[in-house]
Amino acid sequence: MSATHNASGTTADDATRLAFYQLDEHDHPEGGSTMLGFWIYLMSDCLIFACLFAIYGVLGANYAGGPAPKDLFELPLVAINTSMLLLSSITYGFAMLAMERQQVRATQLWLAVTGLFGATFIGIELYEFATLIHEGATPQRSAFLSAFFTLVGTHGLHVTFGLIWLVTLMVQVGKHGLIQANKRRLLCLSMFWHFLDVIWIGVFTFVYLLGMLR
Amino acid sequence: MFDPAIMKTIFGRLTLESLPLHEPIVMATFAAVAVGGIALLAAITYFKLWTWLWKEWLTSVDHKKVGIMYMILGTVMLLRGFSDAIMMRAQQAMAFGANEGFLPAHHYDQVFTAHGVIMIFFVAMPFVTGIMNYVIPLQIGARDVSFPFLNNMSFWMTAAGAVIVMMSLFIGEFARTGWLAMPPLSGVAYSPDVGVDYYIWALQIAGVGTLLSGVNLIATIVKMRAPGMSMMKMPIFCWTALCTNVLVVAAFPVLTAVLALLSLDRYIGTAIFTNELGGNPMMYVNLIWIWGHPEVYILILPLFGVFSEVTSTFSGKRLFGYTSMVYATVVITILAYLVWLHHFFTMGSGASVNSFFGITTMVISIPTGAKIFNWLFTMYRGRIRFELPMMWTVAFMITFTIGGMTGVLLAVPPADFVLHNSLFLVAHFHNVIIGGVLFGTFAAINYWFPKAFGFRLNEWWGKLSFWMWVPGFYVAFMPLYVLGLMGVTRRLRHFDDPSLQIWFVIAAIGAAMIAVGIAAFLIQIFVSVRNREALRDTTGDPWNGRTLEWATSSPPPAYNFAFTPIVHDGDAYADMKARGHDRPVTGFRPIHMPSNTGTGVILAGFAVALGFGMIWYIWWLAAASMLGLVATSIIHTFNYKRDYHIPVEEVERIENARTALLVQHKVTTA
Repeated sequence: MSATHNASGTTADDATRLAFYQLDEHDHPEGGSTMLGFWIYLMSDCLIFACLFAIYGVLGANYAGGPAPKDLFELPLVAINTSMLLLSSITYGFAMLAMERQQVRATQLWLAVTGLFGATFIGIELYEFATLIHEGATPQRSAFLSAFFTLVGTHGLHVTFGLIWLVTLMVQVGKHGLIQANKRRLLCLSMFWHFLDVIWIGVFTFVYLLGMLR
Repeated sequence: MFDPAIMKTIFGRLTLESLPLHEPIVMATFAAVAVGGIALLAAITYFKLWTWLWKEWLTSVDHKKVGIMYMILGTVMLLRGFSDAIMMRAQQAMAFGANEGFLPAHHYDQVFTAHGVIMIFFVAMPFVTGIMNYVIPLQIGARDVSFPFLNNMSFWMTAAGAVIVMMSLFIGEFARTGWLAMPPLSGVAYSPDVGVDYYIWALQIAGVGTLLSGVNLIATIVKMRAPGMSMMKMPIFCWTALCTNVLVVAAFPVLTAVLALLSLDRYIGTAIFTNELGGNPMMYVNLIWIWGHPEVYILILPLFGVFSEVTSTFSGKRLFGYTSMVYATVVITILAYLVWLHHFFTMGSGASVNSFFGITTMVISIPTGAKIFNWLFTMYRGRIRFELPMMWTVAFMITFTIGGMTGVLLAVPPADFVLHNSLFLVAHFHNVIIGGVLFGTFAAINYWFPKAFGFRLNEWWGKLSFWMWVPGFYVAFMPLYVLGLMGVTRRLRHFDDPSLQIWFVIAAIGAAMIAVGIAAFLIQIFVSVRNREALRDTTGDPWNGRTLEWATSSPPPAYNFAFTPIVHDGDAYADMKARGHDRPVTGFRPIHMPSNTGTGVILAGFAVALGFGMIWYIWWLAAASMLGLVATSIIHTFNYKRDYHIPVEEVERIENARTALLVQHKVTTA
C-alpha cells in the first residue's frame, strides 16, 4: 500500500505532469450557492401548494349541503385583492431596480410601498374570511370550505411571513446599506414574493373564477 | 385543591394521570433511562466536558462533526427501535390461546407504531443523512457544505423530533395507529388522546431538518465540486446522494402538507380526511404514499452508492458500468414517483389503474437489476479483499435480491389482494430495508470509520456482529414469509391457532441473534476505541481507496484539504496515485471557514417546546415558543460575521505533522 504513496515527493516517469492541487487559491465569496439553494427551497414550497391544490381539486365540490362558491365569493373584492398583490410585485421590482443603482432610500421606500400593498392584501383577505365565518361558512362546515380555507390561508400565512421578512430587510438595509449580503437577501425575498404572486394567480383562477362557473 | 380552570390554562390537558405510573414496563424503562441519563450528565460535569461539548460538537457547523452526530443519533435510536422490535417478537411468540402475553393491546399498538416511526425517521434517516453529510464534501474536494449553519440546524431539528418521540414514552403515550397514522383511525374521533399529536409534531419538526438538509446537499453537490470534476466524473456515491436529495426535496413537502392537514382536522375540526361532511380519507392514503414511496428510495439510494464505492475499492478495480449506474440511479429516482398506488391496490381504483401501477413497480426492478450486475461485474476478475465492508456488501447483494423478488410478487395486483397487510409484506420490506439500508450502513461505518476517527474498527467483533446480523435476519424474517402466505395479517397481538406458534418462536430466536449482533457492534466500537493505537491509520488511506476522501489525513483537518484538489479522472485519488502526485508541503495559505453558532440548538429547543405545547394544548407555551423561533431566526440574520480564517501557522502545523507521519509510515513499512 505504501508503494502507492508519494507523500514525500516521489516523481513519476509520466512526462505529461498534471497539476493535482490548486496552489494559489483565493477565498470564495460567500453565498455562491444561495440563489440555487433558495430556488430549490421555493420549488419544495411549490409542492406544498400543489398538494393543497390537489386537495381542493378533489374536495372542492363536496359542499355537504352547505354553501357553494356562488353563494360565497364576491369577485369584485377578490379582484381588488388580486390587484393589491400584483401591484406589490411591481413595486418590489422597483425596489430591485433602486437596489441595482445603490439607492438605499429609494430601495427602502419601494419596499415600504410593497409592504403596504401586501398588508392591504392580508387585511382584505382577513375581512373576507371574517365575513364568510360570520355567514356560517366556517372551515368546519364542509370539505369544500376546509380545502378553501387551507389553501387560501396557507398562501396568506406565506405573505404574512414575507411581510415580517420585508420589514427585517428594511431595517438591515438601513443599518448596513446595500452591501453584497443584503442584496442577496433582497433577491431571495424577491423570488419569494413573486412566487407567492404566481401561486395567487392559481388560487384566483382555480378557486375563485372556476368556482363561480361551477 | 387547585382551580381546574387555572390548571388547564397552565398545563393544558397534561395531568399527573398522563404519567405512566401504573405501567411497570414503562416505569422500569424510565428508571433505567433516568439513571443512565443522570450518570451521563454527571460524568460530563465531572470531567468538565460541557464547554468542550458545546464548542466542539453541539454548535459545530463542520460537516464532519454534524455527520458524526447524525450517526450517534441513529445508533441511540436504533437501540430504542430495536427494543420495540424485541418486545413485539416476544409478545407474538408467547401470546397463543390462553396466554395473553405480557403486553396489553393499548401498549402493544404503541409499540408497533413507535417501532416503524423510529426505525424509518430516527434510525435510517439519520444514518443516511449522516453518511452523506460526512462523505460528500470530502469526495468532491470541498471544505464544507454550501450552507454550514443550515446543516447544523437540520441536525438539531431531526434531534428535536427524536426528543419528542422519546418524551411520548414517559409523558402520555404514542400513536396507536401504525407508522403512517391513516385516518379515520388517526382522526380525533378514534384517537382523541395525545398519541397522534406526538406523531405529527415529531415528524413535522424532524421533517424541517430533512428538507433543509436536502436543499443543502443538492446545492453542495451542484456548486462545490473541485475543479475538473464534471458531473460524470463524480464518485458514484455523490450521484446517488444527489438523486436522494432531489427525492427529499420533492417528497418531504408532501408529508409536511398531509400532516398539516391531518392536524387541522384534529385541532380545529376541518373535514378534509373525515368520513363526514364530504371529507375523503383516501386522499390521505394517496398523499402519504406519494411521500412514502420516494422515501424508501431516499433510504436505499445512498446505500447503493456506498456498495458501489466499497465493491470498487475492495475489488481493486474501477466500477463496472459507471455510466449505466448513473442512468439506473436517475431512472429509479423518476420511477419512485410513479408507483405509490401499489401500496393500496385494495383501494378499488379498478383494473386499469392497478395494472399501470403494477407495471411501473415491476419496471423498477430493471435498473435495480442492472446495478446488481454492475457490482457483480466489478467483482469479476477483481482482486477481492473480503474486509468487513465487502462482507456486508456481499450479504446485501444476496439478501436484497431475495427482497426484490418478493417485491415483484407483491407488485402483481391479484397477488397483492391476497398478501396485502399480511406478514408476507412485513417480511418483504424488512428484507429490503435491513438487507439494503442497514447492511449498507454497517458497510459504510466499517469503511469510513478509519477516515472519521483515524483508526480502524476491530475485525473480530465486527465479524461476530456480521455473522449474528445476517443469519439472524434470515431466521427472524423467513418465518414471516411463511406465515404471510398462510394468511396471517400484520399488527396482531394474540393468536388462536397453535400451529402458527413455532414460526413465531423461530422469528423470536432470529431477533435474539440480531440483538447479539447489535451488542457486538457496540462492543466493536468500544474495543476499537480502547485499542486505537494498534488500529491507527497513519496514511489516511487504509483501504487503498479510489476517491478524494482518502487523499487527506484520517481524521481530516477542519478544512479537509489544505489545497483544493484538481480532478482529472472519475476515480480521482486512484488516478493521482497512479500518475504520481506530489502532496504540497509548502506554500500554505490561511483558510476561510464558517464559524460555529448556537442558533441551531436554540431553535431546536424552541421547536421541542412548541411541539410539546401543541401536543398538550398548552397554548401559552406554544405561542411563546413560536415567538421564540421567529425572534431567534431574525436575530440570527443580524449577525453578518459568520466566518473566520484559520491562520497559516495553524495550517502549517497540522500539515507538517501529517508530513512527518507519512514519512515515518514510509520508513516503518519499507
